Amino acid sequence: MAILSKDEAQTILKKVLSFSTADECEATLTGNTGGNVRSARNSISTAGAAENVALAVQARFGKRSGTATCNEFDEASLRRCVQRAEEIARLAPESPEYVPLLGPQTYLASPGSFAARTAAITPDYRAEQIGASMALCEQKKLSSAGFFNDSAGFVAKRNSKGLEAYQQVSSVDFSITVRTADGTGSGYAIANYTDLAKFDAARLTRVAADKAASSVGAKAIEPGKYTVILEPAAAIDLLNNMMGAMDARNADEGRSFLSKKGGGNKKGEKVFDERVTIYSDPTNAEVPDLTFANDGRPQQKVTWVEKGIVKNLYTSRYWAQKSGVPDIPPPNGWIMAGGTLSTAELIKGTAKGILVTRLYYIRAVDPQTLLYTGLTRDGTFYIENGVIKFPVKNFRFNESPVIMLNNLEALGKPVRLNGSLVPPLKIRDFTFTSLSDAV
Amino acid sequence: MKRRDFVGLTGLAAGALFLPSLPGFGHTPVDPARLLEPGADVAVKKRLADAALNAAKAAGADYADVRIGRSLNQYVFTREKQVQNIVSTESYGVGIRVLVAGCWGFASTSVVTEANLAATAREAVSIAKANKLVMKEPVQLAPQTGYGEVNWKTPIQQSAFEVPIKQKVDLLLAANAAALDAGASYINSALFQVNEQKYFASTDGSYIDQDIHRLWPTFSATAVDTKSGKFRSRESLSAPVGLGFEYLTPNAAEQVRGPQGTDTIGYKLRYDMLADAALAGKQAKAKLTMKSVVPGKYDLVLDPGHLGLTIHESVGHPTELDRVLGYEANFAGTSFATLDWKAKNLPYGSKAVNIVADKLQPGSVGNVGYDDEGVKTREWDLIKEGKLVNYQKIRDQAHIVGQKESDGCAYAQSWEDVQFQRMPNVSLRPGTAKMSPDEMVKGVDKGIYIAGAGSFSIDQQRFNFQFGGQLFFAIEKGKITEPLEDVAYQSNTQEFWGACAGSCDASDYRLFGTFFDGKGQPAQVSSVSHGSATTRFNGVNVINTARKV
Repeated sequence: MAILSKDEAQTILKKVLSFSTADECEATLTGNTGGNVRSARNSISTAGAAENVALAVQARFGKRSGTATCNEFDEASLRRCVQRAEEIARLAPESPEYVPLLGPQTYLASPGSFAARTAAITPDYRAEQIGASMALCEQKKLSSAGFFNDSAGFVAKRNSKGLEAYQQVSSVDFSITVRTADGTGSGYAIANYTDLAKFDAARLTRVAADKAASSVGAKAIEPGKYTVILEPAAAIDLLNNMMGAMDARNADEGRSFLSKKGGGNKKGEKVFDERVTIYSDPTNAEVPDLTFANDGRPQQKVTWVEKGIVKNLYTSRYWAQKSGVPDIPPPNGWIMAGGTLSTAELIKGTAKGILVTRLYYIRAVDPQTLLYTGLTRDGTFYIENGVIKFPVKNFRFNESPVIMLNNLEALGKPVRLNGSLVPPLKIRDFTFTSLSDAV
Repeated sequence: MKRRDFVGLTGLAAGALFLPSLPGFGHTPVDPARLLEPGADVAVKKRLADAALNAAKAAGADYADVRIGRSLNQYVFTREKQVQNIVSTESYGVGIRVLVAGCWGFASTSVVTEANLAATAREAVSIAKANKLVMKEPVQLAPQTGYGEVNWKTPIQQSAFEVPIKQKVDLLLAANAAALDAGASYINSALFQVNEQKYFASTDGSYIDQDIHRLWPTFSATAVDTKSGKFRSRESLSAPVGLGFEYLTPNAAEQVRGPQGTDTIGYKLRYDMLADAALAGKQAKAKLTMKSVVPGKYDLVLDPGHLGLTIHESVGHPTELDRVLGYEANFAGTSFATLDWKAKNLPYGSKAVNIVADKLQPGSVGNVGYDDEGVKTREWDLIKEGKLVNYQKIRDQAHIVGQKESDGCAYAQSWEDVQFQRMPNVSLRPGTAKMSPDEMVKGVDKGIYIAGAGSFSIDQQRFNFQFGGQLFFAIEKGKITEPLEDVAYQSNTQEFWGACAGSCDASDYRLFGTFFDGKGQPAQVSSVSHGSATTRFNGVNVINTARKV
C-alpha cells in the first residue's frame, strides 16, 4: 500500500532512527500511487501506472552528511539503509555551510491537500476521460493530443532532534491541445486540482476545441508594443520565473533583479505597481499544500509582495543564519491577489488589444532585468471595442515580468493553475518583437 | 520539474541542505567505490532476458524486447572555494516491451529475478491487450535481423569513476580559483559522469551488451559590480562528450583559436578547464563595461560551440518523424517540415547546407553501437545541398516514409521508461574548400562573431527562433573590432539556413552537446551532440536585449 497512515509511517521512521549511530539523523518516508494516459491524433499513445514507497535517510557526523535510500521496509533493509547513509557521510567532505537539523516544529493543518477521490482513480477512469475527450474532438473533425496524470501520496519526516511531520497530498493534471484537420487552427486548455471532483475533461476539451476552430485564418499584424490580456495559462510561467528569482542570497550577492545598487537587496522597496500583491498560504482552500518544506521548515502564510512593495525574500537556513535575515523557505505555489472580473469581462473593457491564450518556450535572456523571450501559441486574438475581432498570427515576445507588473492595466479573478492562484492580467505596452508562422 | 513531482519531496531533497542538484528517482545513492564494481555477468543477463522473452511469447506476444539497465552516475558540485556536494548513484532494473496483435505494451521492474521478469513480461502483454481495445493504427515494425551475442563499448581511455574524487575536486577548485583570480566574483562548477550498462535482448535473436560512458565538466562564472548594480556571467565553453576522463587532459592540437582579436579558444576532443575558467573570469568582468549592440542586420559568423544549439532547435527537432506526424502536439510541438512540405521539394536552406544524422561520431554523446531497440547505429543524410531528404525514425515509423529499416535512434532514459524516437547527433558538414575562421571574418563587411551557447527559444513548429550567446565581437571591414553585449538574433528556420554562406573546413569542426534534451509525457531526457565548423549567415536580424527595470 503506497499511502501509509501517520502511525504506520512514524512507526517505520522511529525504527530507522533507532538504528542510527550518527551525530544527527533525519529520515523521510514518501509514498505515492498514480498513473497517466497520453493521446495524440485522437488515439491513446501511451499509458502507465506506478506505485512507490521510498525511504531516504540522512546521516551526519559533525559537518559531514550522507544520504541513502531504500524501498524495502523489513528490519534488515532499514538497518542497511542507515548504515549506508553513515558510510557515505564518513566519506563526504565537511560542509562549510553546515546547519544543525531542526528540532520539534509546529505545523499548520491543511487537510484539503489530499482527496480520497483522487487516490481512488483507476486505469479505466483515465481511459474513459481521455476517450470522451477524443470522441468530442472526433465529432467536430478536430485532432486532439492530451495528457492526464494523477498522483496521491504522503510525506512523513522524523529526526533525531525531535522533528516530526506527516501530511497527505494529491493532484490531478490535465492538458489538451486541439488542432483543426488542416493544421491552420490550434487551441489549448490546462487544469490542475487536488480533488478530482473539480475535474471536467469535457469542459476543458470544449475550451481547446473552440479556440482551435476560432483561430483558423489568423491575420498577420505588425509586431510592436500592444495592450495584452494574458489569460492565467499565459501569465503563470513568467510569474513563476519571477517568484523563482526571489532568493535572498542571490540578491545579497548582487546577482538578482532584487539586488540593490551599492549592495544589499530591495526588500522594503516598491518594485511593482501598487495593485500587485503576491502571497503564499498552504492552507488556502483552493490551493491546499504541504505545510512543511523539504528540510522540515514550516510553510506558513508569507506575503512576498504587498501593494507593489517587496516584503520578503526566501532563503536557505545557512544564509538566514549567516546574514541574520528571517528564515523563510521558498513556497511551493503562490497566490496573486486579483479582482472580480473574468477574462471575458476584461475583454469587454478593452478598446484595442490582444488576447493571449498561452506562452511557449520561455527562456531567460537577461537575469539582471528578468528579460524573457518566448512565443504566443494556441489562440491569439485581436480585440477591438470590447469584442474579439479576428485571430492573429503568433508573436515572439521579449518582456520582463518586472516591467509587465509596472505596466498593469487591470487584474481579473484568479484561477488555480499548477498549484498557484493566477489572475488574468491586462498589461499595456507588452513587447512583441517578431511574427511566427507557427500554428 | 513539476512541483508535484515526488522527487522533490523525498529525503534526497530534504538532505539537500547543501545540494544544488539531485539524482533522479530510482537512483540510489551509493559509496563511490560501488561505481567500479562490475554489473551482472553477460551469461546471467542472457538467462534473465530469455526468461522474460519466453514468458512474453507464451503469453501471446508477437515480438518482445528486454532491456536490463544498470545506470551509474557521479556528480561533483563546487562553488568558489568549497565543495557543495558529491553524489554517486546507481539504478538497476529491467524494462520489457511487447507487441501483441499490433499494439504495444510496456512494464518495468527493479526486482531482477527470472520469475519476476517472467511476471513483468506477462504484465506487459496484459497492458498491450487492454490498449488494443482503443487501438486505431496497428504498429508495423520494420524487420530486424538478430545479431546474436555482441557487445560495444564507448572508446574511452580512462573511466572517470576510476579517478579519485579528490583529483576531481582539486580540478574544479583550481578552475574556480583561476576564474576568481581573473576577475569573477562567483563561480559554480560541476562534473557530471555517467555510465550506462545496457543489455538488450529481443525475440529477433539479438543479445547486445553495451558499456556507455559520458562526461561533462562545466561552470558558470559571474562578475558583479556592486557600485553600478550590474552583473554578467560567462559559461564554460566545454561540451558534454562520449569520452572518459582523458577529455580533461589539455592538448594544444585539440584547441582552436577564435578569429584574431576575439581572445577565444574552442575545444575539440580535449578540454583545458583551467585555461577556460581563467578566460571566463576575465571575460565576465569585461562584460560589465562592454558596448551595447546597435540593433540591425548583420552577417553572423557562428562558432561551433554556439551553432550546435541552433542546429539542435531548427534542424534536429523539426526532422523528428513523430513530431512531424503530431505525436508530440501537446508537449514539444509539431513541425513545419511535414510530409506534404517535403513533397513540395522547397529549400530548407542554401546549397551550402548539408546536414547529417548519426550515432557513430567518436567523442559525441550520441555515440553507441546499437540503439535501444537493437538496431545497429548508422549515419544518414537529413539535408543535402539545402533540400530535406530524410527524417529521423525508428522501427515502428520506417514504413510511414516507405523505408525498409529503422535509422537506429530509439532511446529510453532508463530501464523504467519506454524507448521511443530520440534525436541522434545532427551535424552540419564542414566546407570542402580550405577556410579558417580568420579567413571567413576577412570577407565580412559588417558582422558579429558569436561564441558559446546562450539563451534559446523557438516556436512549436520550428519557424521563428531567437538565440543569444556567451561572447560577441563586432566585425567591421573584415576585422574584429570590439566586444559587444546585449546581442540576440531573431530569424526563421528556412530564411536563416537560406542565408548560410558556407562553413570553414574540417580542421575547424567541433562538437556542441547537451545531456538534457527533453521530450515526451512523462518527459524523458536524452544526450545529443551537434558538430559543425565556424559558419557564416548573411543579413540576420540582431536585437538589443538591454532593458531598464
